[in-house]
Amino acid sequence: MPRRPSRRRCETDVSDFSEELRKPVTEDEQMETSMLSAKGMHFPWLQKQLETVVTGGKKKKDFAQTTRTCLSFIQDALLKHQWQQAAEYMHSYLQTLEDWDSYKKQAAPEIIWKLGSEILFYHPKSNMETFNTFADRMKNIGVLNYLKISLQHALYLLHHGMLEEANRTLSQAETWRYGEKSSSQEILINLVQAYKGLLEYYAWSKKKMELSKIDEDDYAFTTKSRNMLSQSWKTSVNFCALIKTPGVWDLFVKSYVEMLEFYGDQDGAREVLTNYAYDEKFPSNPNAHIYLYNFLKREKAPRAKLISVLKILYDIVPSHTLMLEFHMLLRKSEKEEHRKLGLAVLFGVLDFAGCTKNITAWTYLAKYLKQILMVNHLSWVQEEWKSRKNWWPTFHFSHFWAKSDWKEDSDLACEKALVAGLLLGKGYRYFRYISKQDHEILRKKIKRMKKSVKKYSITNPVV
Amino acid sequence: MDLEEAKEFRERCSQCAAVSWGLTDEGKYYCTSCHNVTEISKEVISTAAIPNTKINAINRGLKKKRKFEKGWDWYVCEGFQYILYHQAEALKTLGVGPELKDEVLHNFWKRYLQKSKQAYCKNPVHTTRRKAKVLEDNLCHSDWASELELLSEADGPLESGTEVQSDFEIPTHFPITKAAQSEAASVCSGSLDGVEYSERKEKGIVKMTVPRTLAFCYLSLLWQRETITLSDLLRFVEEGHIPYINAFQLFPEEMKLYGRDKGIFAIESWPNYEEIYKSMIEIATFLDLPRFPEVTEGCYLHPNILCMKYLLEVNLPDEMHGLTCQVVKMTGIGEVDFLTFDPIAKMKKTVKYDVQALAVIVVVLKLLFLLDDNLEWSYSDLAEAYNEEHKKDKPWFDFRKWYQIMKKTFDEKKQKWEEARAKYVWKSERPLYHSHIDKPVVYKRREMVVNLQKQFSMLVDPTPVVEKKGPSSFQFNWTEEGTDRTCFHGHSLQGVFIKKGHSLITKNSLYWLSTQKFCKSYCKHVTTYEESNFSLSYQFILNIFSFLLRIKTSVLHEEVSLIEKKLFKKKYSEAKKNSSGSKKVRR
Repeated sequence: MPRRPSRRRCETDVSDFSEELRKPVTEDEQMETSMLSAKGMHFPWLQKQLETVVTGGKKKKDFAQTTRTCLSFIQDALLKHQWQQAAEYMHSYLQTLEDWDSYKKQAAPEIIWKLGSEILFYHPKSNMETFNTFADRMKNIGVLNYLKISLQHALYLLHHGMLEEANRTLSQAETWRYGEKSSSQEILINLVQAYKGLLEYYAWSKKKMELSKIDEDDYAFTTKSRNMLSQSWKTSVNFCALIKTPGVWDLFVKSYVEMLEFYGDQDGAREVLTNYAYDEKFPSNPNAHIYLYNFLKREKAPRAKLISVLKILYDIVPSHTLMLEFHMLLRKSEKEEHRKLGLAVLFGVLDFAGCTKNITAWTYLAKYLKQILMVNHLSWVQEEWKSRKNWWPTFHFSHFWAKSDWKEDSDLACEKALVAGLLLGKGYRYFRYISKQDHEILRKKIKRMKKSVKKYSITNPVV
Repeated sequence: MDLEEAKEFRERCSQCAAVSWGLTDEGKYYCTSCHNVTEISKEVISTAAIPNTKINAINRGLKKKRKFEKGWDWYVCEGFQYILYHQAEALKTLGVGPELKDEVLHNFWKRYLQKSKQAYCKNPVHTTRRKAKVLEDNLCHSDWASELELLSEADGPLESGTEVQSDFEIPTHFPITKAAQSEAASVCSGSLDGVEYSERKEKGIVKMTVPRTLAFCYLSLLWQRETITLSDLLRFVEEGHIPYINAFQLFPEEMKLYGRDKGIFAIESWPNYEEIYKSMIEIATFLDLPRFPEVTEGCYLHPNILCMKYLLEVNLPDEMHGLTCQVVKMTGIGEVDFLTFDPIAKMKKTVKYDVQALAVIVVVLKLLFLLDDNLEWSYSDLAEAYNEEHKKDKPWFDFRKWYQIMKKTFDEKKQKWEEARAKYVWKSERPLYHSHIDKPVVYKRREMVVNLQKQFSMLVDPTPVVEKKGPSSFQFNWTEEGTDRTCFHGHSLQGVFIKKGHSLITKNSLYWLSTQKFCKSYCKHVTTYEESNFSLSYQFILNIFSFLLRIKTSVLHEEVSLIEKKLFKKKYSEAKKNSSGSKKVRR
């Protein structure tokens, strides 16, 4: 049966061929990495070496070499704002669109689009029209770039405040199709739609602003609000698809939720936010939890619910400003476990260099420490302190800090001194330095501080 | 790509008004006569049907292949013949005598066709069925083109009757037609034997390639003892005075190139000195050429004359010429036997005349200034002081000043060279494609690129482009008026000599060898050049000299070492005896 294998061979050949013509979409991703290395940081020697590895030690064609040099000349010219020169080299660099290396040929349109749009953006002889022609031409080179370039074209137009044109470009891209919808195309289409939605949101929120200025009794009010109603329905369709795909869509989610809330669709908003924060397919994103928390707070949700949201944020960003709110929630909780966590949260915040001068955090800590020690939860404090006693003294309580804190913000110094005293004892330099200071207004406070330390410091011998 | 599919579209083309539409793979209509692609696309009714239509399209296309690519029947060797012809014409306009084209190169090529059994022999690899008209248009005025036809046809009767007699006809065409067809879909060519040619591998036959056309040119130049060195030739190629990259553009319109022809005729690199040099020897041996005309003292290629030329080129004092002549004499590299190329001789080696001449100059510089990053500078101090005091006399050669000027000039030149390379237009106006299937795609791309280029060239200031310099064997003109560059040709070497008795001897009596020990293994290179092991002056000189020839520094370094080997023969044999030779050799 010699026929069979031959037919199979024929088929594979054909499919190979159409693949070559069609350009597989999977290489799209590789393209991006190559772009990264083209513009990102790199060791020049390493790159050279890598190239020889790729070509198997074979000498590179001069075409490849000169176009590479050409690329670096363009980048150089862009860096020095020599737009004219960049355009001159660009003229030659366009040859890469005809590269015989199919991988490079595929990567070329994106590089050319990025460099070319940059040149046309700044070149004194360039104008909107030139840019649009360029964008339209680049969109139609190959089929892979249409959506991506349309999107960036729209962003360029937005940058120039041409909202209508941007909207038109996005609408065009939205209806564009090539072959069967592939996954990479789908996400791009979703993005295009979402940006369209964002534009609509912008128009909507402008109207909202206008509306807030008009008196409710005004006859114009009803028509305007009706207008807004129909718009939100359209927008929601635009946002929906994108925010269901895993990714970071803060801007879109925020706008969407704002609109949903405005029209009273609390359940819808909650669902969107919950999904955005809790869906495991989505990348870990602190903002998702912050949005959800803020929403629930507005909704006056029960404390336990709020705590559970912030608990996740605490795991991701323990230094977030919301942590102080989190502490307050925990402190008020009936559960002992929560109250214990409240202490850990405060310590956690102050572990970060950016928070060392946060007076609220120090005030909370001083107050809470005292409170905890008063009710004899010494072990809680010891547990937190154990891992910090090696570095906190120099990190927070050095002599230098004592001096500078006192000079800059004596209130802060006092709070810190109390904490230092409670944790390190009255003999410690920070506490000693502050307690020796003579200050008319703070005199009373310092006296109280000394008393507390004497009574509650964890360094006191256990009675 | 599919005419059937496009039949329902009956509008006139906006560019050429024809009604002849095809479909691109994106489903858009394009005009088959002017390749104008419309924005109108064919409605795809069901996406599921796409894979099938694609296969149909390819199958249907196959049958129409010949109709699509109607052109002349031509053989690969004819293509090379065209290139050689145009290269020879270009050399003629560069001032080379007409005999080179009509006699020497013609004969070499004839011999090549004969040796490779393509023509002028009893059973050529392919019979020539086509008519002689193929070449007559362009070449009839020169008899050597159509001769190939006549001769092989005259020889034909010996093999009369048998149409296809080729030894290379591998029986792949016999089995199952389907397989053969699918192979043909991806493997095809515009020339008759392109596929076969690219797969042909026969021992003992030197296959023609585009770089080898230059080896042919150089062989002819060498035979004629013309005043063009190999590096000159390659530089002229790079400067575009001799057709090489996209030389296929010069083929007549009717000679269609695609598929495998692309791999044979498309070139994406400039010629490389070492490579062409090697192929030249290879071809000369393959052609079994006799001893070349002798290179005597009066010839341009003789080291004494080339040294003079390069001394002028690198702005060194004329007085150095006497010293280079001495070195040439002492090493015997000026001997006729040494200089004349003899492919039949046992040692099939020829001389890299240009590299060698510059190497002699390096050796002389080392003899005079030692180039140890020390002595040359202290001599420069002396020269500077002398020149300060004797402003009216002939100035002493000041190495430091020379270095400064050369560094600046060469850096600028190199920068310009690199910029010009970066701007080089590689892609031909006649794009090459794999098969007729991707032809519209390739042509569309080309059109896109042209449009984009137009757009960007409008952004470039219409400053008058610097007039293209005519070809010259000199790259620098130091005597030019109006530049601040000093010309050192007339400077004196007095400062580095002392009088001893009646003769002058060099002040410097030390020397160091560029290569201590020559590599004797089979790796073929006799020495290596590790830049950091050498003095900065030496590095600098090798760098600018090798840039002049557009060769690798290691090539020049090797040549310097070889000359030293001849010059210090005794020292090397001594060093062999007591292997602990001192680094510096006293003369």
